[in-house]
Amino acid sequence: MLVLKLALRNIIGAGLRTWLNVVVLSLAFVLIVWTQGFIQGMQEYSQRALIDTEVGGGQFWRPEYDQYDPLTLEDSHAPLSPALRKLVNDGSATSILITMGTIYPGGRAMPALIKGIDPSQKALNIPAGMLGRVSDGDIPGLIGQRMAKTTGLREGDFVTVRWRDVGGTFDAADIRIAAVVITDMPTIDQGQIWIPLERLREMLRTPGEATLVVVDKDTATVPEAGGGWIFRDQEYMLKEIVEMVKSKMVSTLFMYSLLMFMALIAIFDTQVLSIWRRRKEMGTMMALGMMRSRIVALFTLEGALHGFLAVVAGAIYGLPLFMLSKKYGFPMPDVVDDWGFAIPQKLYPSYGAVLLLGTTLLVLVSVTLVSYIPSAKISRLKPTDALRGKMT
Amino acid sequence: MQNGNLIETFDLVKQFPIGGRKFTALRDVNMKVRRGEFLGLVGPSGSGKTTLLNIIGALDKPTSGRTVVIGMDTGKLSHKESAMLRSEYLGFIFQTYNLLPVYTVYENVEFPLLLLGMEEKKRREMVISALKWVGLDDRARSRPSTLSGGESQRVAIARAMVKRPKLVLADEPTANLDAENSFNVLDMMVRLNEELETTFVFATHDDKVIRYLRRKITLNDGRIVEDIETVPSPPGQGGE
Ligand SMILES: Nc1ncnc2c1ncn2[C@@H]1O[C@H](COP(=O)(O)OP(=O)(O)OP(=O)(O)O)[C@@H](O)[C@H]1O
Ligand SMILES: [Mg+2]
Repeated sequence: MLVLKLALRNIIGAGLRTWLNVVVLSLAFVLIVWTQGFIQGMQEYSQRALIDTEVGGGQFWRPEYDQYDPLTLEDSHAPLSPALRKLVNDGSATSILITMGTIYPGGRAMPALIKGIDPSQKALNIPAGMLGRVSDGDIPGLIGQRMAKTTGLREGDFVTVRWRDVGGTFDAADIRIAAVVITDMPTIDQGQIWIPLERLREMLRTPGEATLVVVDKDTATVPEAGGGWIFRDQEYMLKEIVEMVKSKMVSTLFMYSLLMFMALIAIFDTQVLSIWRRRKEMGTMMALGMMRSRIVALFTLEGALHGFLAVVAGAIYGLPLFMLSKKYGFPMPDVVDDWGFAIPQKLYPSYGAVLLLGTTLLVLVSVTLVSYIPSAKISRLKPTDALRGKMT
Repeated sequence: MQNGNLIETFDLVKQFPIGGRKFTALRDVNMKVRRGEFLGLVGPSGSGKTTLLNIIGALDKPTSGRTVVIGMDTGKLSHKESAMLRSEYLGFIFQTYNLLPVYTVYENVEFPLLLLGMEEKKRREMVISALKWVGLDDRARSRPSTLSGGESQRVAIARAMVKRPKLVLADEPTANLDAENSFNVLDMMVRLNEELETTFVFATHDDKVIRYLRRKITLNDGRIVEDIETVPSPPGQGGE
């Protein structure tokens, strides 16, 4: 009690210096929570978006299929197994057929993935229904806004596409852009064009075949497919993005740890570098009959209180900030588009208990340590040495 | 204490290591101080006054010999026990005042009482009366940095006296004060000595202090060379 009272007295007495330390420290605290919450929110968002538009409840793949190597597409197609056919007929899954082709927007040749999707599918959040807009003999196509930008194609435009069928024969046709889809997801947008599944099957001469089958995310149990189909569950499909976000979290945490470090230096300075003044103070306290252990406790607590005040101050201006941003979201600038995963127009940060408690603990523990170590050192001096320099 | 001595030293020797050699700061110091004395350790600079005072105050240990202060053999005390000895019975006054800079005048004077675990109301009374004693009750809320040297030393005296210690150890208490303030402070200490029977031991070479002493122990080169009773001759009111 006495020690607490004295520690409070000390930091109140120190006035401006205390507040400066507290402000810097609380800033570090709030920034760490803020950015981490931001990234966590981003992860949650992009996972959800990825599940909605791509991963679903997991996918069945052909064994030859490698999502990062378009050359494997040539061999990665097969008829559905009976189990898969049942799943698709029930509406619990949808087939997707993919091939490599070349498109000629404005006469330029560029490679593109041609993806066949069932216009009536419900498994993925892709507006495949828009493919029904083009009713006459044209092949309707959907592209995303990024693809529209790189190709200069607009709704209603025709683009020539050239592909090779299963027998290796080249063929070409015109696709009419039924719609340009605005999406956050570069992975269903860049370098690809979506057309009706049955049309693509005809073009490739692969009736009833698919490259992959996406299970609806609400499907409770996924059966064995048979026929060589391999199931890739959500965890497998999301592994990469989870890791990417994790490394992003670590690198930003590092950045803000620097800030934290600076705040600690400020505290360190109060506690240690002004060693002369404080040393004499300690010597005086010893001479007045204060026990060493109490002096160490006093100076340690004094530092710890900085951390405590910083957390309180951080909570006072941080919490409303966190709350508001969580409720209303945060508009994202376009520049972050190249982060490699889906960036929403508006991000809703997510502040977990682990994040809040962990950061609080980080602040408290580091400040306490930074205060304890030097105080313990100084207190081991003989009182006469602690007093010396001025007292002759 | 049984024999009425507040301080007794027996063959005190204090050596400091300097480089590879040993420097002897105190040699065979034997002295006895009775309760209520107003005594000064005098002698040239480097003669060992501060060293002796520190050993008496249990802030330092002798290389050999023994010190008994208020019935306690300081050489045998643990850190905790010597802290308690200082807290309960001793008051220190330093040449440089050593006020705690972040505390107010009031808080500085209150500090020793807090260490004693005294309750708030009693603390308050004692702090205010100590501040009245030194004539600074109107500065209770000031911080040390706003005080003059004389005022600071008066606060330090109030802090040393507030718990009514049996023994006050004062190291060059007037060295940073002008004549008028010095006499002020000394008058105050004489009053405390007379009214509360507080024992004072000074370390000083200030003539102004020496005029107030009733006993003078002269040190030279770490040895007691003279120990005499003196007749105080304080200046008249207002100094000289
Ligand atoms: N910690 C120490 N280490 C080494 N030498 C010391 C130490 N403390 C004191 N001394 C030496 O011991 C001798 C006595 O010192 P002390 O401070 O007791 O003298 P003093 O009589 O108080 O002098 P002054 O009048 O200048 O205050 C001096 O020569 C001093 O240099
Ligand atoms: Mg001295």
